Amino acid sequence: MSGFAAYLVFFLIVALTYSIVTMGLNLQWGYTGLFNAGVVGFFAIGAYGTAVLVGPDRAHLIGGFGLPFPLGVAGGMALSALAAFIVGLATLRLREEYLAIATFGIAISIQLVALNFEALTGGAQGLAGLPRPLFSFFGSPGAYNLFYLLVVVAMAAIVYVALEVAVRSPWGRVLKAVREDETAARSLGKNPAAIRLQVFVLGCTLMGLAGGLYVGFIGYVSPLDFLPILTFQIWAMLIVGGSGNNRGAIVGAVGVWALWAMSGLAISRLLPVTYQSQGGAIQVILIGLLIVLTLLFRPRGLIGETEAVSRHTR
Amino acid sequence: MLQALADGILTGSIIALGAIGLTLTMGILRFANFAHAELVTWGAYMALAVVTLTGPFMGPIAPFSFGLPLIFATIVAAALTAALALAIDWLVYRPLRRNTSHLTLVFSSFGVSLLVRMVVLLIFGGAAQYYSRTLQIAIPVAPGMRILPDQIFTLALTVVIVVGLHFFLQNTRLGLSMRALAENPELARVNGLDTRAVVRWTWVIGASLAAVSGVLYGLSVQLRPEIGFHLLLPLFAAVILGGVGNVFGAVLGGLVIGLAESFAVLVVPAGYKMAVPFIILLAVLYLRPTGIFAGTVGGVK
Repeated sequence: MSGFAAYLVFFLIVALTYSIVTMGLNLQWGYTGLFNAGVVGFFAIGAYGTAVLVGPDRAHLIGGFGLPFPLGVAGGMALSALAAFIVGLATLRLREEYLAIATFGIAISIQLVALNFEALTGGAQGLAGLPRPLFSFFGSPGAYNLFYLLVVVAMAAIVYVALEVAVRSPWGRVLKAVREDETAARSLGKNPAAIRLQVFVLGCTLMGLAGGLYVGFIGYVSPLDFLPILTFQIWAMLIVGGSGNNRGAIVGAVGVWALWAMSGLAISRLLPVTYQSQGGAIQVILIGLLIVLTLLFRPRGLIGETEAVSRHTR
Repeated sequence: MLQALADGILTGSIIALGAIGLTLTMGILRFANFAHAELVTWGAYMALAVVTLTGPFMGPIAPFSFGLPLIFATIVAAALTAALALAIDWLVYRPLRRNTSHLTLVFSSFGVSLLVRMVVLLIFGGAAQYYSRTLQIAIPVAPGMRILPDQIFTLALTVVIVVGLHFFLQNTRLGLSMRALAENPELARVNGLDTRAVVRWTWVIGASLAAVSGVLYGLSVQLRPEIGFHLLLPLFAAVILGGVGNVFGAVLGGLVIGLAESFAVLVVPAGYKMAVPFIILLAVLYLRPTGIFAGTVGGVK
């Protein structure tokens, strides 16, 4: 494979992994109006959970169970779900900002655990040398990446189809009802609190899945992969793509990640070495501008939500 | 133990000053401004810029590590921070306030916080900076308890500001308007309150206090572009603990958070200190979501 094609494969693997996170967030915010400001935390739990479960046994570390990769990912997802359940129980009956602040807090706390609980997470150095699923079947890293791209495409497609089916089901219609008018939803005999908790846990589980996939591809985890900026990037992806629309979530994920990657490339090429650290600031400023300008001038995003009108009123 | 008490009160009073501004904007503008903590950063760096420009034309006033230049710089920084807050409100929040859900405001405050923090990083660089490198001698106040003169200044200033703000809110027309708007926006509007003026003053007061908080924070630790980001969780925890919209609640909440962080270090590894506000926050949300003093805007739906 030529350099560009190889880079494109790498780019798409990461972008589509993030698209799964964005779809999870879209389920929470786009459909149900739940404000998760700690996306990176649930992504990180999935990643670390998977890493600890699939990792090789190491004398000085807890974990290293050497489980098969699918089991490891399932474990990581379960841990993300559990964290979401605990935070959700405390905050989902409150105004949305409280959920935002609480999830923001859990993301910070998870980062602290990642950084400080060295016996489990390897601390700042992270966990290296994690097995990449089926790596030995492929002759070259290039072929393996192509295979992994297929895995991620398949997972993203499964998540997309499952979510599309879910939001078109009666359960999915209740989500929008909860988002739009909670009192009305309750008067129809629905339990908004239960719906919120279900959606919050489900969305965070998808973020955990993406975290596991990320670990399988990269082969190591470190706290640097889960900086708070990732939460803002995922939000930018959803806002730019258009919340309330799963296709929008995917388009936004690929688009914003492309902008991030290209601006990073441009900065590393154009700026002299002494200004490189400041260059990172420019990348983040672009994300901030993207969020603010989209909200101001195209609040529905690239592909907005399609209006749902009852067929009886047409 | 005593030292932890002293340190906790000092951190707490810095958090409190930031939390007052946050609770006012949350109470009156009715959205959680994630960019508020970045006003703290901005204020701290604006003061640094002024101090750097004026230079130490006068030595420090003993026994403090700073002199008149820093006091002058703080006033300029407060004005510049208020200007930034008003500019952000005018450019971003005001257009978004008109039609959409208040959560759109919160998202936009995400974007704004990234912009402010990164512009500071771009201008001033990421390395730690100091207002002054003058060394101070800690005064032993009690056995096992030493306080720097700067810290006494911090505490005294906080007390003066809080008392002043109390009289302002209780006895002035503008203070009354602010309380009215926080209490019941519809009723306030029906009574012909100029909400735009009140909103403007809310930003001016909140941002100025954030700037003062930033300068005091910069006096006690080093200046970094992330100081605001690290304060975000303590600020929100203080506001929610004290009840959103409640100024004294915010002060008390700030003190509780500061003390809790300070004492927690005695029990858990220092690396986890930043999680303390989160644990308190979660506990408050489970047990008493309206805060210790029920805020003017209850959190419960």
